[in-house]
Amino acid sequence: MTTVSAERLATLFVQVADTLVDEFDVVEFLQMLTQRVADLFDTGEVGLMLADHRGRLMFMAASDESARLLELFQLQYGDGPCLDAFRTGRPVTNVNLAAATQKWPRFAPRVARAGFESVHAFPLRLRKEVIGAMGVFGSAAELDEADTQIVQSLADVAVIGLLQERTIRRGEILTGQLQGALNSRIIIEQAKGIVAQARGVSPDDAFALIRDFARRNNRRLSEVAEAVVTALPALPDLGNP
Amino acid sequence: MAARLVTAMDDRIVRVARLVADEPARTGDRGGVAGFLRRLCSAAEQAMSARGVGVSVMAEDGVRGVAAVSEPICERLEELQFTLGEGPCLDAFASRRPVLIPDLSDGAMRRWPGYAPALHGLGVRAVFAFPLQIGAARIGALDVFRDEPGSLTAGEFRDALTFADMAVTTLLDGQAQAPPGTAADGLDEAMEQRAELFQAQGMVAVQLGIALADAMARLRAYAYAEDKGLGEVARDVVARRLSFDSGHP
Repeated sequence: MTTVSAERLATLFVQVADTLVDEFDVVEFLQMLTQRVADLFDTGEVGLMLADHRGRLMFMAASDESARLLELFQLQYGDGPCLDAFRTGRPVTNVNLAAATQKWPRFAPRVARAGFESVHAFPLRLRKEVIGAMGVFGSAAELDEADTQIVQSLADVAVIGLLQERTIRRGEILTGQLQGALNSRIIIEQAKGIVAQARGVSPDDAFALIRDFARRNNRRLSEVAEAVVTALPALPDLGNP
Repeated sequence: MAARLVTAMDDRIVRVARLVADEPARTGDRGGVAGFLRRLCSAAEQAMSARGVGVSVMAEDGVRGVAAVSEPICERLEELQFTLGEGPCLDAFASRRPVLIPDLSDGAMRRWPGYAPALHGLGVRAVFAFPLQIGAARIGALDVFRDEPGSLTAGEFRDALTFADMAVTTLLDGQAQAPPGTAADGLDEAMEQRAELFQAQGMVAVQLGIALADAMARLRAYAYAEDKGLGEVARDVVARRLSFDSGHP
């Protein structure tokens, strides 16, 4: 049974192609990608992690930017399907969660408690290197071979979009961009904290304020986050109570 | 529990920390943070087969200075950037990304019309600069100078970033008067609550009306003083069980 709709898939590729010419914001791009991949499955959530220079998986974006989902992805720093996919360079699919407690002692119980019945993960591959993983949490439906290949293709597309270089001429550009991407995510978390404290809201609500402000003013997410950390008073419209 | 995971996956930070710890002291080394950073620069110089390594500190308001160098010549290489107002550490700081110039004669002359020829004249053929930062909190840069052209290997690049990590925590902890090098990398303790740590950083910055870098220093100092994990402290701040703006901590 193929779960993924061909029409949605086509739309997604067009959207990704668009980003290659527009002004590019890496976290926004990855959020868009994870949301679209989640849409393909109707149920479930998707998140994306990138490895840092010490091989630690860092959360970059998810289809739902809630603390709840963020935590489930951050957990995979220690064990979980994303870590396995990252280390082996191969997709991890159709794992029986109930029987996965030994393999993923911290992750399996927590993701089950969060109400997810299935987890899958796909390596983010760049030539011979694996630079991260994309995780899919959902209901119990199994991914068949066709679906697995499609989602792996989407993960490969994520890498292309992420690097914004059709021909990687120099390793220097590549590594600089990855470092920039990882740092961008940190700035977003810092901005969430600043807005949460300044406006007296939760970090999740703070994120919504930042994102909505960016959209209303047609500005990039990372640009608004940077403006927040530099000078919040200069953004009086950002969720003014 | 967290320590087990770190050792399994993170031999690099352990190795780098050991390299710095094993670096012999020299007569003329200053005490505290400055001496530690000098040893860090020397260890990095060896690890990356460099001519020299320097760490400069920079503030958002433009104040800057050289914090430590592995060799005296590096002091000049670092200072010259500030004198001329151009150079790899300034670019790395501004762009928040590493600036990697494996061949100085390929493009750098246009990029730094004053600085690059001076570097070249002093025998430098490649330079790699790494911002010292945590997100938007920027405190300086680490520069690596080599006298042969050529890219850093993947391993050298990762080592450089790891040395940069250590320089960041050393500088932050130095602000708070904690002994340098006490934690190989305190940020590791908070891996599972990493997002909360940066959120807490933002919250504390607003609570105390201080810069982001200072907020992280305060969080680390508090965790150290209370003998608590940094992740736990961050969680308490985000949950509003702990606040820094009521006169204490």
